[in-house]
Parts: sequence; C-alpha cells; structure tokens
Amino acid sequence: MLILTCPCCNIAADETELLPGGQAHITRHGPGSDDADFETYLFMRENPKGVHFERWRHSMGCGKWFHAARCTATLEVFATYSAQTFGPPQHVIDAIKSRRPDWQGPV
Amino acid sequence: MSEPVSPLNGAAYDGFVSVRETGSCGMITLRGDLSDPVVQGVVKTLTGVDIPAMGKITIGKTGCAWMSPDELLLLLPRADVSAALGEIAQAMRETHHLAADVSDARALFNITGAGVRDVLTKLTPADVSPVALPVGTMRRTRLAQVPAAIWIDDETTANVICFRSVARYMFDLLCTSAKPGGAPGLFAQGSEQ
Repeated sequence: MLILTCPCCNIAADETELLPGGQAHITRHGPGSDDADFETYLFMRENPKGVHFERWRHSMGCGKWFHAARCTATLEVFATYSAQTFGPPQHVIDAIKSRRPDWQGPV
Repeated sequence: MSEPVSPLNGAAYDGFVSVRETGSCGMITLRGDLSDPVVQGVVKTLTGVDIPAMGKITIGKTGCAWMSPDELLLLLPRADVSAALGEIAQAMRETHHLAADVSDARALFNITGAGVRDVLTKLTPADVSPVALPVGTMRRTRLAQVPAAIWIDDETTANVICFRSVARYMFDLLCTSAKPGGAPGLFAQGSEQ
C-alpha cells in the first residue's frame, strides 16, 4: 500500500485515490527535434530499483498533479512536492540522501 | 416553471444508521484565486462565512467548502442560486474566475445515527476517525468505486456529495453498508447490533 501526502491539499491519500502519471522531469522534445531525441522523449523511461521520481494526480481528491520521490523496492516515500518544477528541489534531494547515503543523485 | 427533481427523489433507508437522499440543494462551484480579496468578499456576501481553511467546510444557514487550492463549493438554498450567480458575475467582472451552477450535477446524502463513521469506514480508504476527520473537515475521497466528498456535522450526522450520474450506485452502496448487523463497531459502541 502506497500512501502519498498531496502537497496541494495535505491529504494523506491512498494509492487508490491517485492516478499514476509515470516518470517525472522528462524533457519534452517536440516539433523540430531530431528523431533520436523525440524517441527518447516518447518511449525511453527509467526503471530503477530504488530511488525514483514520479508524477501523480490526486484524482479522487483535489484533482491536482504533484511529484513524489520514492523507493520502488521498499515503497518508502522520501517526499512529495509541487508539480511546478523542472527537477527535484534541494530539500527533496537532501531527504533522499539522508535515507540513502550512497544514492548518486537524479539521473 | 418545472420543479427541480433530486436524483433519487428523496430515497431513504433505515439500517443501523439512516440514509436519506436530501432534496435539492443549491450548489455553486467557484474557481479562482482564493487569496484574492474580491473572491473572499463575494463568498462572505453570499454565504455569510469566510473562506474555510484548506480541507475545511463551514456550514451555517448556507455553507462553503474548500475543494482544492483554487476551488470552492458554495451551498445555498436552491432558489437563491441564479441570483447568487448574477451577484458573482457582477462582483467579479474584473477578476478571473469561473462560477457554475452544479445543483443538478450532484447528489447529496445525509446519514444519521450513532454509527455514521462505521458506515463510511467500510467504503473508503480515508481515515474517518474523529482525529482525522473532525467536525468541519471536508474530505474528498472515494466511496467504493466513485469519487465523493464527505463531512461530519456531529457524531451522529454525516453528509456525502457525489456526482448525480452515480447517485443510485452511491445510495445502494450506503444502504448495503448500513444493513443491520453489518456495523464493525469501530467508532460507535453498540452500533453493531
């Protein structure tokens, strides 16, 4: 059971109240980009065993998108944070490093 | 003018708690910047209460519920809705906002009895204990398979709002959960008979 606290409404929402949005912080390559970049944007995803950044939508609640940093192996949630960011903020990285000292940082 | 008809025409059921589809209630969805004094002013004028804090609901003669960081639900008598919408449009003509009459898009259920928290906890993943869901808290969650918003008026009264299209599903669900003998007795001692 995965429980994420929505940063928009502060509700500790059960996984079944949320809609998964896949990997977070993907750079969009649109019209004019070359084929390799476009393919990476469309299809290439991380599948780590360990720290992972994801997008979630609080669909059966406030309806807002947000980000979550969690461990795919233990389901430990390090932090949830605003959707309006291009990468994990420093306090999220610090929270992960305090729990996973050998973590190499976001990819 | 035809009379407004509530989704289930006031269906009612008595189990270890009573479930009743309340008649038509006026509801307005108001979206905008909730920190804007214009928005705060118009809510105060219409409902007589301040904008509730995050996750809260204020119910007096009329009510106001916090639905999301940019959304409120105003509860008021059905007859006042069109006048209220006119007032909002007038007061907020310079302010970016959205106001919609959703009275016919929602169903409202009233649950009464000692086991109101018991009947809800069987249906939702949300924590409905008095600590997590005190009086005056609006919890948007799901009941079984459909989205719903629930709040507690007092320890023997709870309210559920859901979409009109799932009103029958919601009513059947609450009735099944409220069947005599089915109370888990987690919150109300003695409600398990």
